[in-house]
Amino acid sequence: MISPNKREEPLVYELSRPGRRGIQFPDPDVPRTKLPSSLLREDLNLPEITQLDAVRHFQRLSQLNHSIDSGFYPLGSCTMKYNPRVNEDAARIPGFLYTHPLQDTNTVQGSLALMHELQEWLKEIGGFAGVSLQPAAGAHGELSGILMIRAYHLARGDKGRRKILIPDSAHGTNPASTTMSGLELIELPSDKRGNVDVKVLRSACSENVAGLMITNPNTLGLFEEHIEEVVDIVHDCGGLIYGDGANMNALTGIVRPGDLGFDVMHYNLHKTFSTPHGGGGPGSGPVGVSERLMDFLPDPLVTIIEDSDEDEPPLYGFKTPPKTIGRMKAFNGQFGTLVRAYAYIRAHGGDGLRGNAEHAVLNANYLLSKVRDAYHLPFERTCLHEFVIEGRWRDVPNVHALDISKRLMDYGFHPPTNYFPLIVKEALMIEPTETESRETLDAFADALLEIAAAAHNNPDELRTAPQTTPVGRIDEVRAARNLVLCCHTQYPSNPDPSADPES
Amino acid sequence: MLAACGVEDISDFFAIIPEKKRFPTLDLPEPLSEMEVLRELKELAESNADAEHHPCFLGAGAYHHYVPALVNHMLLRGEFLTAYTPYQPEVSQGTLQTMFEYQSMICALTGMEVANASHYDGATSAAEAVIMALKHFRGHRTKIVLSPTLHPQYSQVIYTYTQGMGIKTLAVNEPPDELDNLNTHIDEQTALVIMQYPNFLGELEDIENVAKASHDNGALLCVVTNPIAMGMLKPPGEYGADIVVGEGQPLGIPMSYGGPYLGFFATRQKLVRQMSGRLVGETLDVNGKPSYALTLTPREQHIRRDKATSNICTNQGLMATAAAIYLSVLGKQGLREVAELCFHKAHYASDCIDTLPGYSVRRERPFFLEFVLRCPAPVSEINAILFDDYGIIGGYDLGQDHDDLKNHMLLAVTEMNTRDDIDALVEALGAIK
Repeated sequence: MISPNKREEPLVYELSRPGRRGIQFPDPDVPRTKLPSSLLREDLNLPEITQLDAVRHFQRLSQLNHSIDSGFYPLGSCTMKYNPRVNEDAARIPGFLYTHPLQDTNTVQGSLALMHELQEWLKEIGGFAGVSLQPAAGAHGELSGILMIRAYHLARGDKGRRKILIPDSAHGTNPASTTMSGLELIELPSDKRGNVDVKVLRSACSENVAGLMITNPNTLGLFEEHIEEVVDIVHDCGGLIYGDGANMNALTGIVRPGDLGFDVMHYNLHKTFSTPHGGGGPGSGPVGVSERLMDFLPDPLVTIIEDSDEDEPPLYGFKTPPKTIGRMKAFNGQFGTLVRAYAYIRAHGGDGLRGNAEHAVLNANYLLSKVRDAYHLPFERTCLHEFVIEGRWRDVPNVHALDISKRLMDYGFHPPTNYFPLIVKEALMIEPTETESRETLDAFADALLEIAAAAHNNPDELRTAPQTTPVGRIDEVRAARNLVLCCHTQYPSNPDPSADPES
Repeated sequence: MLAACGVEDISDFFAIIPEKKRFPTLDLPEPLSEMEVLRELKELAESNADAEHHPCFLGAGAYHHYVPALVNHMLLRGEFLTAYTPYQPEVSQGTLQTMFEYQSMICALTGMEVANASHYDGATSAAEAVIMALKHFRGHRTKIVLSPTLHPQYSQVIYTYTQGMGIKTLAVNEPPDELDNLNTHIDEQTALVIMQYPNFLGELEDIENVAKASHDNGALLCVVTNPIAMGMLKPPGEYGADIVVGEGQPLGIPMSYGGPYLGFFATRQKLVRQMSGRLVGETLDVNGKPSYALTLTPREQHIRRDKATSNICTNQGLMATAAAIYLSVLGKQGLREVAELCFHKAHYASDCIDTLPGYSVRRERPFFLEFVLRCPAPVSEINAILFDDYGIIGGYDLGQDHDDLKNHMLLAVTEMNTRDDIDALVEALGAIK
C-alpha cells in the first residue's frame, strides 16, 4: 500500500542527485572565449538525473493521464476525435521541421504552398472570401475577429459601435475576447427551445451594436432555428456576425457559415481537423472572413506572387492586408499544426468531411436516445454533434453532476464537460465524435444508466468516486487557498546534505 | 442506429438547416490514401531548404538547437499527445505534474517566484505582460514603454493586442547606440517597461539600470529573455525584473517554420493573481496524497466571463511538456554547456568575420549567441549569394526594421554550427565584397 503522503510519481527534483546527467555535449571545436564573469549566474536549480531516469519519469507520468488513445473522451465542445498518426509523421518531415520562420521565401516554397492550399480549403469549407492562418488557438481567433469587427466600424467612421451581443449559452472566451478588444458586451437570453431569443435580439439591436458573437450549433448542440433571421436582424442594424467555430465538426459539408451570412469565424484545427490537443495545446485558430473584412485580416497572409505556367509552379510569398489589425503572434501561425490539418483534409476530401459531420451527429443522437429516459434533457430536440443533459435528480438532491463525472472515471471513461453551458443546471455536455464505434457508445450509455440507478440505490458509490484512478478525489479548494506553484522551497538547489534522507 | 434515433436517413438530422444552403458541394481535391498523403507532403517539404541540409545562421527569435532524441519520443506518447486541458485532475495527473515541474524549472531559469503553464509564444507572453501590468495599476497608469531593442514582431503583437484598450504604447525609437535614453521616457504614468536580454541585436544591456529607472517611477519592468542564455547568465530576476517572459522554442522545440512554440511567463508571488494563463498548483487528494490541479481558475473566463481581462483558454501544453523534458534531461550542467557552446562558437565566428575587409562587428556591448555585422553590400544581396553559391542560410536583415541599420546583418550561431560551417561562412563572406 502506498503511503498516503507519498506522490504517485516523485517530482523530477526528488529524483535529482548531484553530478548526474542525461546527455553529453561535445567539447567546443573552436577556441574558447573568456566568459563575461560579472554577468554569470552562480547557480541554476535544474534537476540532475540520468536519461533513463528521465524516460521512466515521463513515461510513468504519461501513464497517469486519460487520453483519446487510452479510451473514450466525450468532452463536450472539445471534439476529442482520433488524431491520425500519419499527421504526426507529416509534421516531422525534416523540410517542415527544420525550416526557420524568417528564411527567404524563395527557400520555403513548400511550406508556403501548403499554407496557401490550406487557406483556400478553409475558405471553401466555411464559405468565406479570405482566411488568415495566424491565430494560435480558438480564443486567439476570437480576439482577432472582434478586433477586425472593431476596426471595420472605425474605418467607416462609425465610432459609436461599441457593443457586442453574446448569447448566454456562449463559451466563456467570447465575453473575455470582447472585453480584451475594449468593447462592451450585452448578454442575450436563450428562448425555451435553446435558441437566441429573437424578440430580445431585435430590441437589443441599435446603432451602437458592433456585432453578434454566435456559436452554431450552440453549446447545447442545437442548431439555431432562426439563424437566417438572426443574421438579418444584426446586419440590418449595421452589425456584423462573429461565428465561434468550436462546433464546426457538426457542419463540415452540411452548411457553410459564410453562406448563412457570417462575417468572420474561427476554425479550431485541433477540434474539427483532428490535430492533437496535447494536454492543453497547441491549438490553432485560423479565421475566415466575408468580403467586407478581407482588408482587416491579421498579418501576414500567404499569396501567389507569380502565377504558375507550364514549367513552373506558382511563386508564393507573404502579403500584409491593407487595413490589417496587425500581427497576432510572432512568425507564421502554428505551422506544425497547419501541416496536420492539411493532411487531414487531404485524406478526407469534401465528401469525407460531410460524412464525418453526419456520423458525429448520428453518434450523438444515438447516445442521447440510449440515456434520455434516465437523465433529464432540458431541450427536447434533435441534437447535432453534442447534447447536454442534467446531472441531477429531484429525488436525490445530494448527487451532483460532478459525482457522475467522477464515477465515470471508474468505468474507464473521461467525463463529459461539467457545469457548462451555464444555462443548464448541473450540466453534462457530451460529444462522442464520429470516430467512436457503436460498441463504445453502448458501453458508455450502459455506464451512464448504471450510474443513474446507483444514484438512487447507492449514492455513496458516486460521492466517493473515483476509486480506481491514480489519485482519489482532489481538493481543488486547497490548491487555491494554499498556493504552491513551484517546488523550490521543498527542493532548493543546494540542499543541506544533512537534510538528505539518503545520505 | 438510425432507427434508435427515430430517423430513416442520416440526412434527416439536418432538416433544420435552411434547405437552399444545405449540403453544399465542396470544391476540395479528391481524398488520398495515407501513403499518398505522406508522399505529397514529402514532396512539398523537400522543396524547402532546411537547417539539417544547410548551415543556418538565422536567429532573430527562433533558433536551431539540438533536441535530445527522447524529447520527441516522449511527446509522441498518446497519453501526452491526445489528452486535453486537465479539467478532471484525477485522470490528468501526468499533464498536471509535468506542468508543475515545468513551472518550477521556468522559475529556476528566470530567477522568479511563480510561472504559469505557458502562452502561445514569446510575443504573446509579452502582450500578456502588458495586460497584467494594466490590471495591476487598475487604470491609474496607462503608458507602456517598449525598448528600441525589443524584437520588432513583439512590439507589433503588443500593438495588436492593446489597440482597443485606450492606452499609450510608446515604442522608443532611439538609435541602438543610445539605449540609455530609454530611461528618459519612463515617468509616473508608466505602468510597464519592456526590454529584452539578450536584446534583439544579441547584446547584453544593463538590466539593473532600467530596473532602477522603472522602480523609481513606480513602474513594473518586464524582461524578455532567451532561455538558453539563462544556462549561464545571471537571470533577470536577480536584477530586479518584475516579470520575465520569452520564447521557449529553444528548449527542445524544433523551428518548424514558426510554430507551435512556447511563451513562458514568470513573475513575483505578489503579482500572481494578476497573471493570466493556466496555473497548476500542488494540493492533496481525499486520502492525503500530494497531487496537482489547475488553480486560481476564478481569474479565468469560465467563471468571471465579462470580468475576465484575458481570454486565454489553452496553453501550449505539449510544447511546455517538451521544455520540461528538455530541461530535465539537460539539467544543471547540460544547459550550461549548451549556453557556453553557443557563446564560444558565436565569438569565434565574430572574431573571424571581423578581420574580413569591408566587414565589421558591432562591439559596443557583450553579446551571447547573436551579433551585428556591418556589411559592404545590402544584406539581401549577400544572403542571396550565400545561399545560391554556398548553400548557407545567412542572417537577418536588420535594415528592414531600423533605418540606422541598413547593410547590417544579425548573425546567430548555436551548438549546431560546426567549426567547418563557421569557416565556410567566413570564407564565403570574404569572397563577397
